[in-house]
Amino acid sequence: MRPFDYERPWNIDAALATVRDTPGAMYLGGGTNLIDLMRLGVLAPELLVDVSRLPFDRIEETGDGGLVIGAAVRTADLATHLGVRRRYPVLAQAALSVGSGQIRNMGTVAGNLLQRTRCAYFSDISKPCNKREPGSGCPAMEGVHRNLAIVGYSPSCVATHPSDLAVALAALDAVVRVEGAAGPRRLPITGLYRDPGDDPRRDTVLEHADLITGIEVPPTGAERSRYRKVCDRTSFAFAVVSVAVVLEVTGGVVRECRVAFGGVAPKPWRAERAEEALYGADATEENFARAARTEPAGARPLRDNAYKVPLVRNLLTRTLTELATEGR
Amino acid sequence: MTDELHSARVRTRTVRLTVNGVPHHIRVDTRATLLDTLRERLGLTGAKKGCDHGECGTCTVLVGGRRVYSCLTLTVAVDGAEVTTVEGLAGDGGPHPLQRAFVEHRAVQCGYCAPGQLCAAVAVLAEAEAGMPSAVTPDLSAPPALDPAEIRERMSGNLCRCGCYGRIAVAIAEVAR
Repeated sequence: MRPFDYERPWNIDAALATVRDTPGAMYLGGGTNLIDLMRLGVLAPELLVDVSRLPFDRIEETGDGGLVIGAAVRTADLATHLGVRRRYPVLAQAALSVGSGQIRNMGTVAGNLLQRTRCAYFSDISKPCNKREPGSGCPAMEGVHRNLAIVGYSPSCVATHPSDLAVALAALDAVVRVEGAAGPRRLPITGLYRDPGDDPRRDTVLEHADLITGIEVPPTGAERSRYRKVCDRTSFAFAVVSVAVVLEVTGGVVRECRVAFGGVAPKPWRAERAEEALYGADATEENFARAARTEPAGARPLRDNAYKVPLVRNLLTRTLTELATEGR
Repeated sequence: MTDELHSARVRTRTVRLTVNGVPHHIRVDTRATLLDTLRERLGLTGAKKGCDHGECGTCTVLVGGRRVYSCLTLTVAVDGAEVTTVEGLAGDGGPHPLQRAFVEHRAVQCGYCAPGQLCAAVAVLAEAEAGMPSAVTPDLSAPPALDPAEIRERMSGNLCRCGCYGRIAVAIAEVAR
């Protein structure tokens, strides 16, 4: 690991200024992904600015029934919060599906959103990777891509984004609070991530010194929500595919429906076509299956990952049906 | 690349740690993980280096009472913390109840994972006591009960190459009762 300096500023202005003035600086949260990537030689910051003890470690209830989740809240604490468990089961379930108990104690909410892809070529510095070394090529396109993207990718990068929380937050229409050189701004969670295009180096639209300070989760009228994740093993694994659903059914009719997929794209993927098909429709398994068949819209599976298309459709149908019948 | 590795100046920081009740004031390389500091600087070789990537769990220790992977924890980032390793689990009255149960149920074969399993198990009992749910908790709004399925899910961050999972789960269940 390359030597680096370490600073722990006690307020946000000092953190922003320190990173702004040091081109090789990176923020440090829980470190579960960053420290590993530094050890692997994938990342080599010259300065770590530790923001894990800044006062963004609380979950606040807003007057309108929503939540503001501090960026430095640990994943375990998000999953334990009673308001999250009662009003946003999809978010609590996504948090509980992250890593292991140790990872959930360490990792922060903002760090979960900003973690890097687990594409094996990205973390192997002996192989080319456009995300790591622009212009070096993407061996995954012709190589091992069983667990990579089926939609939203580009010829230069077929990596998926591994976050569980981002998928649940996408279905909840969450907004990311960012502090930067130009002052504070707010980004819808799906707008945080950028398409890889011909420059897959950056996963997000954040600029060098930009710092996520919190996540706004608006109130949802829908009582029912759920996160379902399919993995290669039962626990402590990244999603092969995942589905986050927020559903409101009244009198047998779908009144509200928001759906996001994980494990299929370089970003949490909103299934807007399925949502449109379901608004006002009878809440029947047949209708759920029909809506699921419209997704993932624009999918272009690679040689070895076409299985993800029926997998994510079936997972969506099953999740909608369970939510409509079980009510929670 | 070698030139680049050696051109950057090594940085050190002074940190305060209380490990198993003993205060330490030491200067460490900023790159030192908590695992390396415990093993190489403080002579506490209970926590083991297995994968060194946060995937196997044998480096598990408690920081401020919470279980973490010490291989992914920078020592500088836990300045001021109270750390408990497997060496600190036993009290004046002898081994920790979980240590007794591991021995009684022969939950240890080669033993390499045991320090991490024990520290994780101590945290699992505390987390359940505090009402923290898990991915298999049926009702997220109710307090969880540590049944076998719960124990297995909550212990999934610790691997055992000998495959002693069944015995480990039984030992934890006995103490959880």
